[in-house]
Amino acid sequence: MPQAEYIHPPINPETKEFWDAAKDHKFLVPKCPDTGKHLWFPRRVSPFTGKTNVEYVEGKGTGTIYTYSVMRRTASPYCIAYVTLDEGPTIMTNIVNVDYDTVKIGMKVKVTFKDLNDEAALPLFEPA
Amino acid sequence: MSIRGNACIAGIYEHPTRKAPDKSLAQLHAEVAAGALADAGLSFSDVDSFYCAGDAPGLGAMSMVEYMGLKLRHVDSTETGGSSYVIHVNHAAAMIAAGKTDVALITLAGRPRSEGQATGTAPRIYDANAPDVGFEAPYGPTVVNMYAMAAMRHMHEFGTTSEQLAWIKVAASTHAQYNEHAMLRDVVTVEDVVNSPMISDPLHRLDCCVISDGGGAIVMTKPEIAKSLGKPIVKYLGGGETIKHLDGGNVDLTYTGARHSGAAAFEEAQVKHADIKYASVYDSFTITVLETIEDLGFCEKGQGGKFVSDGNLISGVGKLPFNTDGGGLCNNHPANRGGMTKVLEAVRQVRGEAHPKVQVPNCDIALAHGTGGSIGTRMGSATVILGQEDA
Repeated sequence: MPQAEYIHPPINPETKEFWDAAKDHKFLVPKCPDTGKHLWFPRRVSPFTGKTNVEYVEGKGTGTIYTYSVMRRTASPYCIAYVTLDEGPTIMTNIVNVDYDTVKIGMKVKVTFKDLNDEAALPLFEPA
Repeated sequence: MSIRGNACIAGIYEHPTRKAPDKSLAQLHAEVAAGALADAGLSFSDVDSFYCAGDAPGLGAMSMVEYMGLKLRHVDSTETGGSSYVIHVNHAAAMIAAGKTDVALITLAGRPRSEGQATGTAPRIYDANAPDVGFEAPYGPTVVNMYAMAAMRHMHEFGTTSEQLAWIKVAASTHAQYNEHAMLRDVVTVEDVVNSPMISDPLHRLDCCVISDGGGAIVMTKPEIAKSLGKPIVKYLGGGETIKHLDGGNVDLTYTGARHSGAAAFEEAQVKHADIKYASVYDSFTITVLETIEDLGFCEKGQGGKFVSDGNLISGVGKLPFNTDGGGLCNNHPANRGGMTKVLEAVRQVRGEAHPKVQVPNCDIALAHGTGGSIGTRMGSATVILGQEDA
């Protein structure tokens, strides 16, 4: 079970490309062209060089659970996690479509999208 | 210019309230300020610099300086969550040593309990312009589950157990029984902690700090003035601060910014770990203490679970007496920000004014550490080392 109700992400000029792609269920990952390193969270200014040249490239949408926690004290329990993408960066997400008691650090996961409305879809992860 | 030894903490005050439905936020700030000034033997007219953080109402320093009628020549409203007040001590010490202020006042106050805030389990209200917000807020990060993810990873990498974390709460509760103002005064066992309801795996209810109203204040001044006031001298020996964050996706939740702030504080203070007789360690959760103790260098990374076990943090029993007021886990956590009360209890220990049952004998050197924000994302970390007159 995912969360009962998702907070909609605020979309700004810097992140619009990411969210537009997510709406089409395409998962973009920011990449610093100078260092060749992928990074998270999406932004235009590279935290590695300080230059405004970060590109958003299509990601594989696969990764490994770095850590997680199941929140038990809300009306609908949910699993928050950090997933290390195969491209490198570790990102915050929810793990869905899974029995929470089977979630483990090291579990392989893949991206799935939750449509919030016509404006936005949210990338989540499920067992690969 | 050396800061070491050239600034002192001359006055402290902790508000006795733990629930304040009958007071305003500004009033709480002013009451703790008056209390700390009275403790120092000074008055509002002596204050020439003021320090506050995000808990201060209105325009922060501007609103509170007006409310209290202060006339200033220096102001600092550095905001790093619960660690702010430890950073303020560092900054005030530097400004006193530089001659930019003679009497510095630092305040903290809040009333989350009266306001019915579900501090730990409800998502915070976010600034839509915060660069991280769209990539975190939708996933339901709360205070508890973010710290829980750090604990989960620490357990995975180092074999840390819930029972080891529970010892931290046991130690805090052992101290809290002697604090008449503490919210939770019952001594608990390891079994009590691990059998308390799971909030967010692997953190149980008794791994979490309390939610309380209240506040505290600190008055700092130069040694010449401090010596004229008649209180035991509490010298500033050294400090450090940093911001630790997610580093572009290079995430490691098994350590905190204490790794950097602690090292800087020890270097400036010119003391060794064995010299520290008492440590106030921010205890929003048991895992906060465990990681911080490792990062401050009291034990090797990954050995924190062993270090905190078997009463090693209990005054009179273990090697590193900590949070002898009961800390955030049992005493109070005003404004959901514990850095202030960490400094206050360290000052009591150095003065020899802690409760006799928990006072560390000859506590000539003590450390206080604050954590702000979240060890699950971005945090402010600040360390201060204090000493008696001849330290």
